Amino acid sequence: MPLIQDTSDFFDETGNMAKFTGHFFSHGLRPRFEVKELFAQCYTIGYKSFPLIGLTGFIMGLVLTMQLRPSLVSYGVQSELPVMVGVAIVREIGPVITALIFAGKIGSSIGAELGSMKVTEQIDAMEVSGTNPYKYLVATRVLATTLMLPLLTILGDAISLFGAYIGVNISSVTTIHLFFAQVFQSLSFSDILPAITKTFFFGFAVGIIGCYKGFNSSKGTQGVGVSANSAVVLSSVLIFIIDLLAVQFTNLLGLN
Amino acid sequence: MTTAINTKIKPEDNIAKGAPVIVIEHLFKRFGKNVVLKDFNLTVHGEENVVVLGKSGAGKSVLIKCIIGLLKPDSGKILVFGENVPGMNPDELDKVRTKIGFLFQANALYDSMTVRENLEFPLRRHWIDLSQKQVDQMVSEALENVGLKNTGDMMPSELSGGMLKRIALARTLILKPEVILYDEPTTGLDPVTSREIDRLILTLQKKYHTSSIVISHDMNCVKNIADRVILLLDGVCYADGTYEELEQSGDEKIKQFFEQ
Repeated sequence: MPLIQDTSDFFDETGNMAKFTGHFFSHGLRPRFEVKELFAQCYTIGYKSFPLIGLTGFIMGLVLTMQLRPSLVSYGVQSELPVMVGVAIVREIGPVITALIFAGKIGSSIGAELGSMKVTEQIDAMEVSGTNPYKYLVATRVLATTLMLPLLTILGDAISLFGAYIGVNISSVTTIHLFFAQVFQSLSFSDILPAITKTFFFGFAVGIIGCYKGFNSSKGTQGVGVSANSAVVLSSVLIFIIDLLAVQFTNLLGLN
Repeated sequence: MTTAINTKIKPEDNIAKGAPVIVIEHLFKRFGKNVVLKDFNLTVHGEENVVVLGKSGAGKSVLIKCIIGLLKPDSGKILVFGENVPGMNPDELDKVRTKIGFLFQANALYDSMTVRENLEFPLRRHWIDLSQKQVDQMVSEALENVGLKNTGDMMPSELSGGMLKRIALARTLILKPEVILYDEPTTGLDPVTSREIDRLILTLQKKYHTSSIVISHDMNCVKNIADRVILLLDGVCYADGTYEELEQSGDEKIKQFFEQ
């Protein structure tokens, strides 16, 4: 009965993941903190992801503007282009696209790195050396992804809006001052706060899934590949689920 | 069903250079339905080299991973310097691990760190009050011990299999452990390098007066370094004696390990 087996495996996996997350909170966040390693991970995860996030953000803003323009022109509201692009990027497209790119780059990297450490017994060696791997490997990476993704999203949004400004100027002439004045007039605190808040959860999901998959990697190079791949797939799916829940939650709070 | 055969040498008479450092009593460990260790008993004395022989999958690595606390046995006692490892909390376990070195089969060097950083890692964890000068001194001494003085700034990926094993041994010894657990120290090495590693193990054991449990399939390694050989079969200590005694045994199950 493959269906029963698959269902059972799904619940097993979900339970193990919940247990791993519980272990992160109960063991990983206790002193003594691995501050040096946390900064090293913030550098690797945050700073080194910036060029990719910046480039994709710029292209996204540019393409979105070019795609929207014809529709707005047909309704005669092309002057609203900065407003529409600004709201779409800041509220939804910026955080989600940044998180998905982040999951592809960082989720796979964490899954592969920890998976490789697992199969070569480096995690066991760390434990034998008197280092708690949950603190040194998991807590530092999860905290780094949780803290860095909101920063990358803010920077990505800014570059994306600049891309949109270039896009607007391809077919018409608008000053940068006018463009950004229009964008910011249309945005309120209730647009920005939920959008940034949910990226903390996106970052946490990417980090914890990458670490979980790496820590539970099966032996061999194939196992490492599977860990990296499933870390990306699962964190991408979780990003959409968190996004859906975030929208529902902000609606409930009346922040829309 | 096999029964444990003890050759004429009893553990308590055997190379009794010191008090027992490791005492394993009635150890049981299973993975699902597979019972790996059933009522396993072993005593290791001070400055004694005990080699554990057995087929692949017999539970040799499981045994030493239970000793260091990487795996938890289902029941039984593992007394290391009189303290029961399975009953320890993480802090107590960290403390006892400073007295136990573990050489992994695949070396388990951190491949994102240089050789020097690999050696510094356990020092920084256990002896946080050490100055940089003291750390440098200890790292240099450890590298000198294994004859690789000038490799400190190299990455593990730049080293050969024999060199990696030596660096792993240096890392194991840097905390000056009193007991060392070797998981197949010569597996995957050519015969010449294997003999070098055997000699190194013996030299360092004499220098630091350590006790060892060595897991090995390499009969030359067993012959060179064993004070006592344990044959682990079907989860129990099937035979216990010197290399010569086991080599001359008429028991078919023992003989198959010594036939080249």
